[in-house]
Amino acid sequence: MAREDITKQVNAILAEEFEVDPTLFTPDANVKDTLSLDSLSLVDLVAIIQQTYKIKIPATDLREIQTFDNLYDYIESHFGQNG
Amino acid sequence: MERKVVITGMGIWSCLGKTLEDVRDSLYGGKSGIVFSQERKEAGFRSALCADIELPDLKPFIPRNLRQFMPEEAQYAYMATRSALENAKLDQDYIDSHEVGIIYGNDSVAEATMHALDKFREFKDTSACGSGAIFQSMNSTVSMNLACLFKLRGINLTASAACASGSHAIGLAHTLIRSGLQDCIICGGAQEANLYSVASFDGIQSFSMREDEPAKACCPFDRHRDGLVPGGGAATVIIESYEHAVKRGAPILAEIVSWGFSGNGDHISTPNISGPARSLELCLKNGNMTPHQIGYINAHATSTRIGDSREALAIAHIFGDYKVPVTSTKSQTGHEMWMAGTSELIYSMLMMKNGFIAGNINFVNPDEETACINVVPETREENFDVFLSNSFGFGGTNSTLIVKNI
Repeated sequence: MAREDITKQVNAILAEEFEVDPTLFTPDANVKDTLSLDSLSLVDLVAIIQQTYKIKIPATDLREIQTFDNLYDYIESHFGQNG
Repeated sequence: MERKVVITGMGIWSCLGKTLEDVRDSLYGGKSGIVFSQERKEAGFRSALCADIELPDLKPFIPRNLRQFMPEEAQYAYMATRSALENAKLDQDYIDSHEVGIIYGNDSVAEATMHALDKFREFKDTSACGSGAIFQSMNSTVSMNLACLFKLRGINLTASAACASGSHAIGLAHTLIRSGLQDCIICGGAQEANLYSVASFDGIQSFSMREDEPAKACCPFDRHRDGLVPGGGAATVIIESYEHAVKRGAPILAEIVSWGFSGNGDHISTPNISGPARSLELCLKNGNMTPHQIGYINAHATSTRIGDSREALAIAHIFGDYKVPVTSTKSQTGHEMWMAGTSELIYSMLMMKNGFIAGNINFVNPDEETACINVVPETREENFDVFLSNSFGFGGTNSTLIVKNI
């Protein structure tokens, strides 16, 4: 899956799921802050990535995903691996 | 010293309407909220009859991260409670500075539980259930959600007692307020209306098969009744001590005179006569009331053969020669189950406050047993100042409330 497609699709999914304006999803923006994720709703981010891309994000990896760019990178590099 | 307990607000989200005015008009006009559901038929239901209830849009009121915790019935309950609080002139500032509690009736969260576990089984990962699943799938989901949304700091409890849940919730709250342990409690009952919530109920062949005439399917006490029709939604009443209501300048609508309850100690689904009769008797005794003081009975009657006849015999046993007017509003709403104890109290309140008795629609002829009571078949103008409302449930749980006009 091309990086551009991942970015477009992830933004659309997250905007709908978390009801946040997707224009705020800049590459360097912090994912947790932008989506207003707390310890509970962070689980929804993990679940939606898993269900959409068949990627299981372990807690250790999750800590490394800070920005939207980090998230796109992670999906691009793990796409289909845990399917 | 025992305190007087009063109702100061009501709110409802039902197949008869979403405002008290609409519900009043539906009751008066004999409107049926029952429809045929093609979705249920195609899913494999034996009876595809159900009440037609609109799912509210909570986006304007509650942010996404809090809505995540709310299954269908909590959404209905939120809307009903918003209306009830407004009706009672109980605003958030007052709640923030006083101890207000909640006791809500609920006894299932089938769809939310099923969806969460489907995700778990599909992805073999517990996080796939999502963050809201645990909070959505507990029976206490309604009271836990509403207590957090409205920032309630009093009693926080769910009454799970099958189809008597909403009535027991009010009875318990009445007891706490009467004894001085609480001043003000939000009470209610909520019922999920999705097809999964009643699939197993349909499986035991309890539902009416009159699919060609949905509006006529539910006919409590009629000789041709052939089963109940599942309904849903939510209903909320605000109850408080009389002194508390006067002190805060609340609109005082009626007094909850007494609560009666009993267990059948018998079959899990087949009711008897003595259990319900003892609930009625205890309620009258607790309120120092005589049968002749009751102007109207809102029956539990769901339109099942045995249930309706046993309730009729229980009423006749307690009321004797006094032919008190009786109707079952389930003829219009279907069986609102966990919600019914509260919604039917609201239906009865609307009748009492507006001087009419809503006819038990679809009642044409009684059978030998239901002939022992005075079923009112058509809406009539009638003023009454005291009513009694019955709610019975699986496992033989019975609850009766008596309410007096103020």
